[in-house]
Amino acid sequence: MEFSYEVRDSFAEVRAEGRLNMVSAPKLREFVTDVIAGGSNRIVVNLEKTAFMDSSGLGALIGCLKAARQSGGDLRIAAVQPQVKMVLQLTSMDKVLTAYDSAEEAFSND
Amino acid sequence: MTRFWTRLVVVLTIITGVNYITWRWLASLNWEAWWIALPLVIAETYSLIDVMLFGMTVWRLKVRKGAPPPPPDATVDVFITTYNEDIDMVMTTALAAQKIRHPHSTWILDDGNRPELKALAEEHRLGYVTRSDDWTPDLPRHAKAGNLNNALMQTHGEFLLILDADQIPEPDILEKTLGYFNNRRVALVQTPQYFSNVPADDPLGSQAPLFYGPIQQGKDGWNAAFFCGSNAILRREALMQLGLAGYVKETEKSIRRALAASQAAIRKARKSADMDTPLVAEVLDEVEAATRHAQDELEAGQPLSEITYRVRRRVDAAVQTLVQADVEALQADLEEIAAMELAYVGEAGVPVVADDAVQRMSRRDWSPLGALESVQAVLDALSVERNDEAQPVMPLATISVTEDMATAMRMHAMGWQSVYHHEILAYGLAPEDLKTMLTQRLRWAQGTIQVLLRENPLVQKGLKIGQRLMYFATMWTYLSGYAAVVYFAAPIIYLLLGILPVTSLSWDFFVRFIPFMVVNQILFAVAGRGIPTWRGQQYSLALFPTWIKACSTAAKNVWFGRPLGFAVTPKARQSGGPSWSLIRPQIVVSVLLAVAAVVGIIRLATGLAEPLGTLVNVAWVIFDLVVMSVLVRAVLYKGYDAAAETAVAEKES
Repeated sequence: MEFSYEVRDSFAEVRAEGRLNMVSAPKLREFVTDVIAGGSNRIVVNLEKTAFMDSSGLGALIGCLKAARQSGGDLRIAAVQPQVKMVLQLTSMDKVLTAYDSAEEAFSND
Repeated sequence: MTRFWTRLVVVLTIITGVNYITWRWLASLNWEAWWIALPLVIAETYSLIDVMLFGMTVWRLKVRKGAPPPPPDATVDVFITTYNEDIDMVMTTALAAQKIRHPHSTWILDDGNRPELKALAEEHRLGYVTRSDDWTPDLPRHAKAGNLNNALMQTHGEFLLILDADQIPEPDILEKTLGYFNNRRVALVQTPQYFSNVPADDPLGSQAPLFYGPIQQGKDGWNAAFFCGSNAILRREALMQLGLAGYVKETEKSIRRALAASQAAIRKARKSADMDTPLVAEVLDEVEAATRHAQDELEAGQPLSEITYRVRRRVDAAVQTLVQADVEALQADLEEIAAMELAYVGEAGVPVVADDAVQRMSRRDWSPLGALESVQAVLDALSVERNDEAQPVMPLATISVTEDMATAMRMHAMGWQSVYHHEILAYGLAPEDLKTMLTQRLRWAQGTIQVLLRENPLVQKGLKIGQRLMYFATMWTYLSGYAAVVYFAAPIIYLLLGILPVTSLSWDFFVRFIPFMVVNQILFAVAGRGIPTWRGQQYSLALFPTWIKACSTAAKNVWFGRPLGFAVTPKARQSGGPSWSLIRPQIVVSVLLAVAAVVGIIRLATGLAEPLGTLVNVAWVIFDLVVMSVLVRAVLYKGYDAAAETAVAEKES
């Protein structure tokens, strides 16, 4: 799993490439925490290149959401793949995290 | 009476042969030219062993007097296997099969999945079978063996008559063979493969009268007549037993391998995973405990299904705990977020993850354990489903492209008996051009060598010594390519360079060599009882590049997993003019032989060479060239012309 981020005008975009699973989940949490510590509290996790997510990955994503909220910001997700979408629906996490079509759209309304 | 003479000549062959080869090894080697002397004596030893195995085969030559009447209630499925053969040909065979007199069901096993053929089969009320949905594209198809294994699961006759798409059966084929199965231990009756489109001089060596004659009859005497893929009747019970035994063996092997690899996999996972998360460490501990326990149970002889089930249950429970913990952490996070009241968490407040979602997230495909690939691989292999094959039970052996021989050998190892019924009961079509013929021979040779390397008959449990040697004899003949190279090289080397692999061509040599050669030829004449064997002898030397290629590709396949470059033998003639390029190595060797003969004669004329050595080696060259000459006819052969053959036959009669 590879992570990268880019600070955009109103948010920071985190890109996760690969499988978000038990091994890589703690790394995502760490990575996002660092991005928040670096001063961005509006985060979009771009999941376009995330082919797979398990329960640990999902837990990490919510952990990141919590961290973003604690620092007064928010975390949103974009461009989810079919398997990830299924996981979100199955656990009803889609009620918490709306999957936006693209990173640009995620914060476009506020 | 014939048996007495055959045995007498076998004994004489062995005596003269051993006498000659012993002398060759002990007293004749020209060590100064060891680089040709040694290969030659090894090649000669190879040939002696070959002829001794042949002698052993015909020693017990069994001439059967025909089968007793068949059990009237025996149920039979007739299988016609096809992949890409001409549809008319398949239908001709199928309709002839339908007319076989003993009650039976006829099935076309169409691996080509052709709607046209399906429609024709339905129109003529013939059974039509294609691969079931289990044969997904990611699983090995196993060619003809796979085709037959698939059909075995969809039919239920007590006996199976297997026919290639071109083998047109006689209506009495079952009446003449089923009676052998009155003996409850008989699993196979093989009849000859004969080709109706081959002219009398058989330029491509298609008929195998020595094999479908004294050799199979001799093997029959040792209860080692083997399955040749077509024109044979098999007992379903025996095949299924074989499939089940194979399933148990493969499953146990894969479980043992997985358990042996499990400790290393767990160690590796401990390094790669985040061990700060105590739960992951706990899951790995649990996996380790489960696999250790499974190992103990395996040693204690517990049933495989229960062992693997318990491992799965235990690991599943641990995984579910892990997922539950993930979900609980997530839930706690959500509640904290809600408590912060920093933002709205959702329309219905904090969502709760349902139990069935936890279960779904714990299943193999989404399990967090999937992240630890090495561990997941071990757990996957700890199964009894044989997920790497389309069906767990594979009655026909899939270890070789010649599934027939491998299957027969396993049957014999399980104590089943076989019968060779020496009567032509089906008429097939042989290749009509050299290219197709070479492809076919290559495939047979590759398959045979695969069996030798994967399941060497000499060390197979359950086989009697005679059976071991009978299977080994067939495999041994396919090593002839290497000997042929030496037999071509030795006279060239003498005639060009004057280097003799023996110390001298003296009385000592001739007095030992000539009796052996003469008795050897008498053996073929007596055992063959007048059938033409010369064509076969020619091809066993002349196709040396094919045999060598077969050995090297089969070895690379078995030892290094390389593909064989396997091709289905086309039944239709390949178009195009004479293809000399197919026999380039043989042309080069023939030119070298001819040049060497000329040079040798010049050397003799100028006093550089001895008369005797030159004479023997020129004679040897002539023999080699006569052997090779068969290829000229093969390249020029334009296919079978039925009208011309009939005219010749009429003129002769």
